[in-house]
Amino acid sequence: MSEARNTIIIGSGPAGLTAAIYTARASLAPLVIEGEPSSTSDQPGGQLMLTTEVENFPGWPEGIQGPELMMKFREQATRFGAEFITEKVTKVDFSQRPFTVWVRDKAYKTDSVIVATGAQSLMLDLPRETDLIGHGVSTCATCDGFFFRGQEIAVVGGGDSAIEEATFLTKFASKVHLIVRRDALRASRIMQQRAFDNEKIEIVWNSQVTALHGDSSLSGVTLTSTDGSTRELPVTGLFIAIGHKPNTGIFSGVLNMEDSGYLMTRAGSTYTDVEGVFACGDVQDHTYRQAITAAGSGCMAAIDCERWLESQH
Amino acid sequence: MADGIVTLTSSTFDETVNSSSTPILVDFWAEWCGPCKMIAPILAEIAGEKSGNLTVAKLNVDDHGDIAGRFNVMSIPTMLLFKDGEVVKQMVGAMPKARLLEEISEFLPA
Repeated sequence: MSEARNTIIIGSGPAGLTAAIYTARASLAPLVIEGEPSSTSDQPGGQLMLTTEVENFPGWPEGIQGPELMMKFREQATRFGAEFITEKVTKVDFSQRPFTVWVRDKAYKTDSVIVATGAQSLMLDLPRETDLIGHGVSTCATCDGFFFRGQEIAVVGGGDSAIEEATFLTKFASKVHLIVRRDALRASRIMQQRAFDNEKIEIVWNSQVTALHGDSSLSGVTLTSTDGSTRELPVTGLFIAIGHKPNTGIFSGVLNMEDSGYLMTRAGSTYTDVEGVFACGDVQDHTYRQAITAAGSGCMAAIDCERWLESQH
Repeated sequence: MADGIVTLTSSTFDETVNSSSTPILVDFWAEWCGPCKMIAPILAEIAGEKSGNLTVAKLNVDDHGDIAGRFNVMSIPTMLLFKDGEVVKQMVGAMPKARLLEEISEFLPA
């Protein structure tokens, strides 16, 4: 059995990587188990790997590409000595110390854990949805947008992400229908204005997608509005941008979490209900969910962790 | 050619794929696609390790959308493995190196 590490960080979005920078600089030699490459937002780098321009992260007045920003975070962590494993954590045991974190059958022992596993896209949970992913239904505009050149498509959602996706997609699509559940967008004012000003975006208010149609690929959707009326929308692409759910499956029964899956932390800190386990970023935040707030909480987790480790001596 | 990866274009695609003496893995990608960038280093590694038994190539879908359209590539990254000019395997979405090698191993010499 190998020696226990000081700290293992699970996840490598802005929260995990900021925690890595701070714990590395605190000479804790952190091991970051950063996730596996995938297109579903729980990959190394987190959700920003699937975006293009990030304009609201402080420090980049001209904006920066999501993947580029995350690469800089990672380089900084590496510079101070953070170690990376590009794998996904499959199981954890926090019932005794040192804690154990598994990547399939490889066990890692550690005195402390920082959970920064983030969140992944919520789906509509409609029949045929799983079959049609990659065949017209998508959660990644940057992955799939190009295919819909000259076609009419729809984006579901009313937040900043939905509008960003819709705006990006107007580069390719002839028309983008933005399907919004209520009579208002919840996005920031500036993004709302962009949606209103974009000629190719048509907002469909008070509506939800209630059925998907098509055999080998999407041919249309049924929209149901709040007054009960329905209509068919012949679109060949549907991008789902209705929000995220936290990646906490492996912590079920291990860490205190809300019904929605968000990890619970002690107010004003990153302490979970298990001493020595800290949580930061979107995995424990359903209020703010910004890259900068995730980074901020990653720093808090590193400081909480470092002080807690000190107190154990 | 960089990293041992062949860059394909609309005009060189057919000839390169059809005349390849080894199986050829074509990666359909674009500049603004995060997951595509994520697998780029993995593909470079594979190109090096399997050199002589496998050719790794890439095609930019922005510049050469006609080829992407021909193979019904709807999502990127998509990797198509060609053997003797025919598609023998299709992989959609970014994935870890181990899984990618697993998917193509049956078409490579042991």
